[in-house]
Amino acid sequence: MSPIATSVRKDRSQEQQKALIADYYGRLGALAAAGQGAPWTFVPGNLTELLLTFDPLPVLPEINALQSGMRKTSGEQVLHAEKLGHSEDVCAYVKASIGAWHQGNVGPTGDPLPKPNLLLLSYTGCFTFLKWFELLRGETKAPTVMLHVPYQAQGGITNEMRAYVVKQLRETVVPALEKVSGKKFDIDKLREHLRLSALAEDDLVRVLEAGKHRPSPIDGYFGAVYYVGPIFTAYRGTQAAVDYYRDSWAEIEERIARGEGPITPDGPMGEQRFRLVVEGPPNWTHFREFWHMFHSEGAVAVASTYTKVGGLYDRGFRHDPDRPLESLAEYCLNCYTNLNLSSRVDLIADYVRDYDADGFVVHSIKSCDSFSAGQLLILREVEKRTGKPGAFIESDLVDPRYFSAANIKNRVESYLQMLGQKQAVGGHA
Amino acid sequence: MKCFVGIDLGSTTTKAVVLDDQGRILGRGITNSRSNYEVACAVAREEAFADVRFTSCERALPDGVLDAAHREAFLDALARAFRLAWHRERLDALADAMRREVPVVEALFAGPALGPHVEAIVLRMRELADPLFAKGAPRRSDFFRDVATSQFHTLGEAFAKRGAGSFERLMAVFDKAILKAENQESHFSPQASAEFAIGRALAELDLDAKAAANSIVRPLLAAMSAELETVQTVGTGYGRATLPFSREQIRSEILCHGLGAHAMFPGTRTVLDIGGQDTKAIQVDANGLVTSFQMNDRCAAGCGRYLGYIADEMNLGLHELGPLAQKSCRPVRINSTCTVFAGAEIRDRLTLGQKREDILAGLHRAVILRAMSLLARSGGVHDEFTFTGGVAKNETAVKVLRDLVTQNYGERTMNVSPNSIYTGALGAALFARRTPARVMEAVA
Repeated sequence: MSPIATSVRKDRSQEQQKALIADYYGRLGALAAAGQGAPWTFVPGNLTELLLTFDPLPVLPEINALQSGMRKTSGEQVLHAEKLGHSEDVCAYVKASIGAWHQGNVGPTGDPLPKPNLLLLSYTGCFTFLKWFELLRGETKAPTVMLHVPYQAQGGITNEMRAYVVKQLRETVVPALEKVSGKKFDIDKLREHLRLSALAEDDLVRVLEAGKHRPSPIDGYFGAVYYVGPIFTAYRGTQAAVDYYRDSWAEIEERIARGEGPITPDGPMGEQRFRLVVEGPPNWTHFREFWHMFHSEGAVAVASTYTKVGGLYDRGFRHDPDRPLESLAEYCLNCYTNLNLSSRVDLIADYVRDYDADGFVVHSIKSCDSFSAGQLLILREVEKRTGKPGAFIESDLVDPRYFSAANIKNRVESYLQMLGQKQAVGGHA
Repeated sequence: MKCFVGIDLGSTTTKAVVLDDQGRILGRGITNSRSNYEVACAVAREEAFADVRFTSCERALPDGVLDAAHREAFLDALARAFRLAWHRERLDALADAMRREVPVVEALFAGPALGPHVEAIVLRMRELADPLFAKGAPRRSDFFRDVATSQFHTLGEAFAKRGAGSFERLMAVFDKAILKAENQESHFSPQASAEFAIGRALAELDLDAKAAANSIVRPLLAAMSAELETVQTVGTGYGRATLPFSREQIRSEILCHGLGAHAMFPGTRTVLDIGGQDTKAIQVDANGLVTSFQMNDRCAAGCGRYLGYIADEMNLGLHELGPLAQKSCRPVRINSTCTVFAGAEIRDRLTLGQKREDILAGLHRAVILRAMSLLARSGGVHDEFTFTGGVAKNETAVKVLRDLVTQNYGERTMNVSPNSIYTGALGAALFARRTPARVMEAVA
């Protein structure tokens, strides 16, 4: 019998989050029903505030894929794409997206999705993004606009890099949006969205940094994917996001005051024996099962890098109404996916220290060459710098065939028992 | 006597090790896992405890009763006699199971009556049992199943030619029966087998049983019947979650292999374990505690099962692969260790006229190259280096590994124990000694 509970426990913020996501897909469905299109774009380097200035609601194929993964429909989409000739080794997000398009362009909630009236390709460190939208362009015949965000190869942002992105925003992206929407660009409207973004971002940072407490009132990886949901989708720059993050923080403050841990899908988490930092996105098709492997052994994620792919707010970045296009450019340049290997090592090592972690886990994605390359080196380097042991686990994003539960459980358990041994001999100090 | 038990439920084999309260090894047992872990656990345990009885006998043999040469010969004879008793007991169970399957197979596939032929084969297998455990006989597979399958196969072919109906019908009886015989706990009687074994060992050395009654037989039988108390059991391996054990009685095999290797070779810093379906590279500290590890991912290419499959494809016993590969003069270069494609690869190469030993040498190298990659991932090979798991029994695998480690990391002391397959179970038993005692109703 599975030890995983059949009914799912949720806290207040999770219910709110669920309502927001349902509302988002509902609104997309209404657009589709009305025969209207929408811009499609990516999470890292998304320009939600700029899009909202022109009123359209973005469609985010990555979010559709991961939501389909959690709802167990991505496997079919992936197989469909393979039937069309896409290789087994290709990024599973791409295949889920292509498959979903061919299966009637229906979103994960069952609502139809609007067709793309613009493919806004924000290129932020993932080379596959280019190919993905190239393929979708072939399928949908939608116009494509590329925002080329220079990779942080030297580990920082120069004035030239920022100016290069701003120039593209001004000369390429904004005119394209004006053309698609038939509206003139209103910079004051953009400023207002950016002001709301910054407010929500302040509370989001409070939420994520709550993982520094003992016990941690949140799970900063599995639990935190719910927290980042609204700001990763279409809610950044809206009052709804401001309210959601304010409420979430209030809820977490209550938990801190009561000395409570996070609510897992199987109920409130018990004793926290291990504090972990996690690198890499979760597996979505077996999300609960994967989480269960950790929380059932008393392991809580105190921080993660995945929650930063939509922006590194905890390192000080905020959208700035006074520097609208510049701050959008900095946002894009600053996404976790756009960091070079040494910056990623720095960040993970800092997290291990700042969050007082016992160790860290690298969850490597088999079909993601651009992000998985170098992860073993990251692991070694972080181990060397922090003196804390790392674990290396491999599966995939939304291709259920890559999740070998017995093998992964074996690694997770072995790793946690190893940490337990270290603690038993006093090695955790 | 207080006993601590470690059980390693591997994907291919299940191992049990029993320790005394000093941490000394009293007994080892091994069986095929099949899909029934519960039975595998019971059988391995039972075999280990039979071995404990033998160890007890060995320890109980009073000093000075026999001179050194006779003592050694006697203990060797005793060990073989014990194994023979165990083998006979398994053969009886198999014969019973086959008798039950005969009418089933006869109803399914028309042909001449099978009963008399099965009885004749059983009789012949009984006759073949004694030479298997005769003095100086080469030790064959540890598994009754392997020995029985090979014998039945040969005898079945001969009988089929003599009118037993098709060979397939006879094999159908055997295939159904061996599964059932393996999956039932035996009715092995320690007392009866001890009496048999002691008697046989005395006879082999031409010692007078009457004269030895007080000096040898009585103390040995007394030791045999000593009460064994299982204080604690710890389980590990792939099937560990299926064991009726509490949480603290279950340890990951990574930790068990680390600790087991440390116990066998205290200087160990790096452990490579190649098991049935996974390969593990483990780094341990001076106390045998794991500091880092890497495992193969979801694909078990290049693990023990791969070699098992190759053996089947080539119609060889698993233990014959290594020696044959060592005869190779021109190893073939093989990159794929995909088990599913292994058969096609072998047939393809044989068609090209390549020799079996050269293909095998290439396959062994491919297996070890995969392991080398995991070793690199886990942090390299440090001195001393201990190789464990079923594949460590294969001398070609050991040789290739030694060469590649030296090439890549320089000279390393490489430890391989003849009992390497029990490393995980030994580690589990050592954890059992450390785990607070509790009443073990579920498994005691």
